[in-house]
Amino acid sequence: MKVNFEHLQAAHCENGVTTSLLRHNGVEKITEPLAFGIGSGLFFVYIPFWKINNGPAVAFRTRPGLIFKRTCKSLGIPVTRKKFSSKEEAARILDDCLRAGIPVGCQVGVYYLTYFPKEYRFHFNAHNLIVFGKEDDQYLISDPVMEQATSLSSYELERVRFARGPLAPKGQLYFPSEKKTVTDDQIREAIVTGIKRNVRDMLRIPGNIAGVKGIRFLGNRIRKWRDKMGQQKAGLYLAQLVRMQEEIGTGGGGFRFIYGAFLQQALAYHPMDELMNISKQFTRSGDLWRNVAIQSAGIYKGRLGSQQDFDVIGDLLNEIAELERNAFEGLSKIKWHS
Amino acid sequence: MKKEDTPQDLGPLGKITKEVCYVVDDSGNYSTDLSNGWEVKSKALDAAWDDIAARVASARQKVLNQEASPLLYFMEVKLMDIPIVAAYTGFWKWQVKKHLKPAVFKKLSDRKLKKYAEIFEVPVEDLKTMKGHEG
Repeated sequence: MKVNFEHLQAAHCENGVTTSLLRHNGVEKITEPLAFGIGSGLFFVYIPFWKINNGPAVAFRTRPGLIFKRTCKSLGIPVTRKKFSSKEEAARILDDCLRAGIPVGCQVGVYYLTYFPKEYRFHFNAHNLIVFGKEDDQYLISDPVMEQATSLSSYELERVRFARGPLAPKGQLYFPSEKKTVTDDQIREAIVTGIKRNVRDMLRIPGNIAGVKGIRFLGNRIRKWRDKMGQQKAGLYLAQLVRMQEEIGTGGGGFRFIYGAFLQQALAYHPMDELMNISKQFTRSGDLWRNVAIQSAGIYKGRLGSQQDFDVIGDLLNEIAELERNAFEGLSKIKWHS
Repeated sequence: MKKEDTPQDLGPLGKITKEVCYVVDDSGNYSTDLSNGWEVKSKALDAAWDDIAARVASARQKVLNQEASPLLYFMEVKLMDIPIVAAYTGFWKWQVKKHLKPAVFKKLSDRKLKKYAEIFEVPVEDLKTMKGHEG
């Protein structure tokens, strides 16, 4: 059985799954940047007392699952989401959906994801892909980060659906449960909702670890990393920061470029010069994040390593925090006509 | 990032798939481009794997010195920490912690050893000796 489904490559897995599933449901105007922006995907948080893979806990995007949930909700599309305790039931329900012609989004772990290169296979459980068919024992897979559709045997799929550890997917699957037409007005409103929520997340969360305050906070911490943990370990920490920021799924510059693209696409629904100007600020911010990566690479490759070199990163992060604060303040002041 | 600046430094992922990047033209308008990889990223990944190799070697030495049971070695090889091992085996975290002691490990039942062998994907015999896993 095979659903008539078009594979679509995206920068980020959850954006990609959201976009593909919505398009399959007739929302032809949805794009990756729109899904990301309507889902208020841009974020920053640095949790100082937490560690992930022996490195700093940093995120550039919102919590896994929220982009799909928020985007569908804003567009008025009901969603089915199921978790399973039994592997057999998880497989049975998936097969039922495929038989009914429904392509299904699945949360999976990447450690046992066979078509990923070995170098990328860490215990990370919030990857997303679409299953759109089954031929003999092979499930047909549309993984948004891959150029082409691929496949997994039923054992391989079961293994990644039931990966364990933090954010364990528990066989989770999800899909829009009704076909609905979405009007331009709905998209127009959803864009405003998405932007307002993103302003809140980046500017108004109390404490100093989330949003633009978190960026500044991380900058101040990095200035102390060299003295606190020595150059070797500080280099490893920076390497992890760069991976979170630039790795596959981010579209580059810690998702800032995707957000810039979103604001430009929003122009088609809200023709306002401010959006174009603020989009350019996010492009600038993404470029500065790339500079952070280049400077960090100097340190973990051992070419740089003085206190001054760490301070350069701190200064860059201050500049980014100020730039993004301005950009989001600008967004919060827009008078939307609806 | 300008379209002409899209990095094309073939990395481990680039051999399997190119990845989508969002880039701008001279007037700042966005489109997408495909990248083969970026050296800055591959070096970050290399740094992570070098660290893993060092951790594996140090775990191996600890096992040989009788400071830890072979579980520690296989945990590092599989990039697992105690919570992840507990989640896959169904043991409690405190049990896994105890099993990391050589004396406790030696007395483990075959049933428990088999569970560990399964998640580390090695025969029980190798689990006990680290044989065939000399690095």
